[in-house]
Amino acid sequence: MILDDFMTRAAFAGIGTALAAAPLGCFVVWRRMAYFGDATAHAAILGVALSLAFSLPVFAGALVVALVMATAVSLISGRGYAMDTLLGVMAHSALAVGLVGVSFLDTVRIDIMAYLFGDILSVSRMDLGVIWGGALLVLGLIGWRWSALLTATLNPDLARAAGVDPRREQLVLTLALALVVAVAIKVVGVLLITALLIIPAATVRPFATTPERMGILAALVGMASAFGGLRASYSFDAPTGPTIVCVAALLFVLSTVVSGMRRAA
Amino acid sequence: MPELRGRGLIVAATLVHAHDLTVEYGGTPVLDRVSLSVARGEIVTIVGPNGSGKSTLLRAILGGVTPGRGWVEKPRGLKIGYVPQRLVLDPTLPMTVERFLSLPRRVSKSRAHDALERAGVPGIGGRQMSVLSGGQFQRALLARALLDTPDLLILDEATAGLDQPGAAAFYRRIEEVRAETGCGVLMISHDLHVVMSASDRVVCLNGHVCCEGTPEVVAAAPDYRRLFGEGTRGALALYRHTHDHSHAHDHDHAHGHDHGHAHTHHEPADRDAAE
Repeated sequence: MILDDFMTRAAFAGIGTALAAAPLGCFVVWRRMAYFGDATAHAAILGVALSLAFSLPVFAGALVVALVMATAVSLISGRGYAMDTLLGVMAHSALAVGLVGVSFLDTVRIDIMAYLFGDILSVSRMDLGVIWGGALLVLGLIGWRWSALLTATLNPDLARAAGVDPRREQLVLTLALALVVAVAIKVVGVLLITALLIIPAATVRPFATTPERMGILAALVGMASAFGGLRASYSFDAPTGPTIVCVAALLFVLSTVVSGMRRAA
Repeated sequence: MPELRGRGLIVAATLVHAHDLTVEYGGTPVLDRVSLSVARGEIVTIVGPNGSGKSTLLRAILGGVTPGRGWVEKPRGLKIGYVPQRLVLDPTLPMTVERFLSLPRRVSKSRAHDALERAGVPGIGGRQMSVLSGGQFQRALLARALLDTPDLLILDEATAGLDQPGAAAFYRRIEEVRAETGCGVLMISHDLHVVMSASDRVVCLNGHVCCEGTPEVVAAAPDYRRLFGEGTRGALALYRHTHDHSHAHDHDHAHGHDHGHAHTHHEPADRDAAE
């Protein structure tokens, strides 16, 4: 069975995560929600601490706390607070509380680095099932709401006039974001999840003419980064999560140079 | 006509009825007991100074603002076409005109093509929204709003950024659409003289409804003069002149039939407001 090989499992885990993260990442970019993604992802470490304390599955704990954080942030948004400040406060507080919480758990010896930067090489078959289940759920959700989400992203009043409730679409994104965070912890860790959302979308922007094409191209770039990063980390004996993000960043630089040259030509 | 619902206060041909809307933003009253309705086939224009609550009123009608008091009644299944004052596309969002027309419901390439042609901007379907000129952009917005053959067209200063001939052509198009489909139109406008010649009814808003009625009635109202000052007198005089002028020419065909028809419907209401 091919899944017996840890490298194969890692590759599937990376590709599955990237596949779900990239199209969602397009919305994160279009709606300027990068910090929102950070807050949700950082809160997940608190979920990890709680799951370990109560011997619950890490995925479930991370998902619940991410969901609570994402919902809280989306309720606060649009009420006239200084959003970036508030998100900064919430993101880093959640991260700090989570880290302190984990440090109290002396009953379990935990390698906190695995949750901060991911541990894709230790992905089990069970993990793989959770990752792909979550990824397909996110893709299904985004695909189902795609047009309504786009309309709400363009202009909330335009959406309302067309019978689309922007608050419901915001909720869909919130849910999808929490799912991606929970899925991606094992792959890139809480600190680098936002990179997996944003970098592929930003990379393909100059080459996309429609939102759909941008979503598909971003998914391809995300998967290529995951695969390339895994190979590179094996060759150079480098930590896998950060290497995946490095490859994505490299592709971004390449895309910027190419599109700059195209414009100049 | 879709089935009516709500508190039963609205009459048969009414497309939307706002009743006693009161809206506050952080303790500052923006709308104070504002009532407004639009009937099928009617063009109603809201005028008012900056900060008079015009956009808030439209947003309350669309459902984006929850009034502290009062309510908005719309028939079930009312199709609304909305043209916002400004639509800012994030530069990270690629969007062709054709794709934009299909939001949120897919339309065929040929329908999109037709819609652009009727809006006076044929052949721009493949272009990015971000490279359009102000006039093309507004026309693309209008084309999208008209695609679903709306019952009610809502325009929030849709001609902001258009030059005078552009704005005039835009409003002519709105009148054509009204004549073709019998939809109601509710719009905000700053082009006072255009407003006066294109509307059946004008509502002058300044937090509350100062005055409303036919353009002639509003133009003569002291409240309206106080708000818009002497500066607009010239424009109004001009309007009267051109309006009379067009009467003399078009009376038999245009005004005699189409307009006359639409007017008989709500003229009593206008008179009530005027008296």
